[in-house]
Amino acid sequence: MSILVTPQTRVLVQGITGAFGARHTQLSLAYGTQIVAGVTPGKGGQKFEDTVPIFDTVEQAMKETGATASAIFVPPGFAADAILEGVAAGLDLVVCITEGIPVSDMIKVKRAMTGSRTRLIGPNCPGIVTPGEGKDSSGGCRMGISPGYIHKQGNIGVVSRSGTLTYEAVWQLTSLGVGQSTCVGIGGDPVNGTSHLDVIKMFNDDPETHGIIMIGEIGGSAEEEAAEWIKSNCRKPVAGFIAGATAPPGRRMGHAGAIVSGGKGTAAAKIEAFKAAGIGVAETPSEMASTLLKMM
Amino acid sequence: MNIHEYQAKELLAARGVVIPRGSVCETAEHAREIAASLIAEGETLIAVKSQIHAGGRGKGTFKSGYKGGVKLFKTAEEVHAGASAMLGNVLVTKQTGPEGRLVRKLIVAGAPAIEKELYLAVLLDRGSSRPVIMASTEGGMDIEEVAARTPERIFKETIDPAVGLMPYQARRIAVQLGLRGDLIAQGAKLITGVYRTWAETDASLIEINPLCIIIGADAKPKLVALDAKMSLEDNALFRQPTLLELRDLGEEAPLEIEASKFNLNYIKLDGTIACLVNGAGLAMATMDIIQHFGGRPANFLDVGGGASKEQVTAAFRIILQDPNVKGILVNIFGGIMDCNVIATGIASAVKETGMKLPLVVRLEGNNVQAGKRTLAESGLTIISGDSMADAARKVVQAVAA
Repeated sequence: MSILVTPQTRVLVQGITGAFGARHTQLSLAYGTQIVAGVTPGKGGQKFEDTVPIFDTVEQAMKETGATASAIFVPPGFAADAILEGVAAGLDLVVCITEGIPVSDMIKVKRAMTGSRTRLIGPNCPGIVTPGEGKDSSGGCRMGISPGYIHKQGNIGVVSRSGTLTYEAVWQLTSLGVGQSTCVGIGGDPVNGTSHLDVIKMFNDDPETHGIIMIGEIGGSAEEEAAEWIKSNCRKPVAGFIAGATAPPGRRMGHAGAIVSGGKGTAAAKIEAFKAAGIGVAETPSEMASTLLKMM
Repeated sequence: MNIHEYQAKELLAARGVVIPRGSVCETAEHAREIAASLIAEGETLIAVKSQIHAGGRGKGTFKSGYKGGVKLFKTAEEVHAGASAMLGNVLVTKQTGPEGRLVRKLIVAGAPAIEKELYLAVLLDRGSSRPVIMASTEGGMDIEEVAARTPERIFKETIDPAVGLMPYQARRIAVQLGLRGDLIAQGAKLITGVYRTWAETDASLIEINPLCIIIGADAKPKLVALDAKMSLEDNALFRQPTLLELRDLGEEAPLEIEASKFNLNYIKLDGTIACLVNGAGLAMATMDIIQHFGGRPANFLDVGGGASKEQVTAAFRIILQDPNVKGILVNIFGGIMDCNVIATGIASAVKETGMKLPLVVRLEGNNVQAGKRTLAESGLTIISGDSMADAARKVVQAVAA
């Protein structure tokens, strides 16, 4: 099993005809993901790559194809609207890849999603991969921009705020012959749909996940909250890494949410919280996989 | 994007926030004129405030030796002398670093007699994903210190984005700040104006410190925003064209401006090992691992997910302009992008720039074998790193040698 998505999950892509969305839809199709629909307003009735039907609205796409999850690739100014269209249509899962959405838009999106059944992952994230059983993990569900081939089907859950650091951890696992249940990029923005803790709880409840790698970075206190919960509730070994120990305070390190402000959100405080919760702390980012495996 | 105090005050005043009477100027002569007219209007004390994007101005020192980037004067002639000492000179404060900042503009404004100093801010509360208004009776101090010593003197009001700031919330803050009688309505109006400014400009932070109670000419107490610090959210600037014009390139590091032209995310640090990485998280982790093995990172540099040859070349040029750099670590996890394209970019950038410093490259991912071959056959002295740890260790050794 896995969390959030399985190889059977029927996925639609919002922004399928844009260059970015099109490129990654092709890669997901090649990986074997069930991309069943695309949405681009005004292009309803056309087909993507002669195979995937395009619709004008998410609602139509869901009704016609049975899609339950959406990957969003629209530009930042349109992303809040795209997310809420997916929420209004009643999707189970919306994964927003878009980087650069204004925080004020995300504040409104989160407020509007109160009580809704949809789970939002991201924005500003690499997406989700549940590896498949084929060659180079093909046949899995790839929503987003992660390289599919670095994965391997297995039993480790990975959750991270950073894209390339996730790939690093996944590749370390795969190179050691250890596979993953699901890898989730929750995104580098200060306001996001799903937190580390949300994903950790899902991994804890997933019988096929036997161990967890949690990758965090400076800014906010989501890692500390996850650690606090893990301390008394998590039944599985967790290893972690926090990026940004050398980042100067008050400067945004690439990700909108990666900033130490007012002395809050430092790497030292997060590492301390990890240690207090019994999370194995990788001394360097080269040791994320080996730190977890030592605990298992 | 940070903006100047005078710019913040203009945005606030346009939304009903009371600020001291005054104006901004670029010459000492103009400063004298503004002061003379303020004195003619009845002001008895004039504040002259250096406009730079850094705090600690009052206690700062100019490189000329002149003390104080914010000063009070009684006459227009004193204002002229003070302005002459500040304009065109470099002010060093605890926030500017030793290089300081050039002062090119001053605020010249009335300095009312202060009865009480308060604190007011609007920012994002990451925990609740909502805006929060933070207020304190302890104005004029570092708010982090107040939070550490007397947290009970800080009041917070979380705003529901569906309805915005409600009047009762503004009144509640006013009362918590100890305002009574007429001042409650004045305070609520000011707080509402500050919140509106935050929401309408897509600001990430507005801080009024101090917010002052003064005694007006009519002998009645009045609320005035004596100082204002404001930063705007970069991600929202695409829809705020008038605010984009407030950007002051003179306040930004030249290398960072150059990098932004190539969509490179570069932040200069003070170490000796430069790094060039794809992805923000991996870039931070690369800095960390350099430090772990005993080196010091010279910069943060994220070339993004789809780095082109032009970007890689520009990145090398920028890195090499930092005279502290003694070695370079390139760390690329080419998930989707072709490692060979990156390798070709690195080789041509090294040739183009004539770079002689030790260069360690760690490539991983898509088409990595071809990429490694390209580097090996380039005829350049490039040290190959197998993992992040291996590469970091090698670059630290190379720089130490």
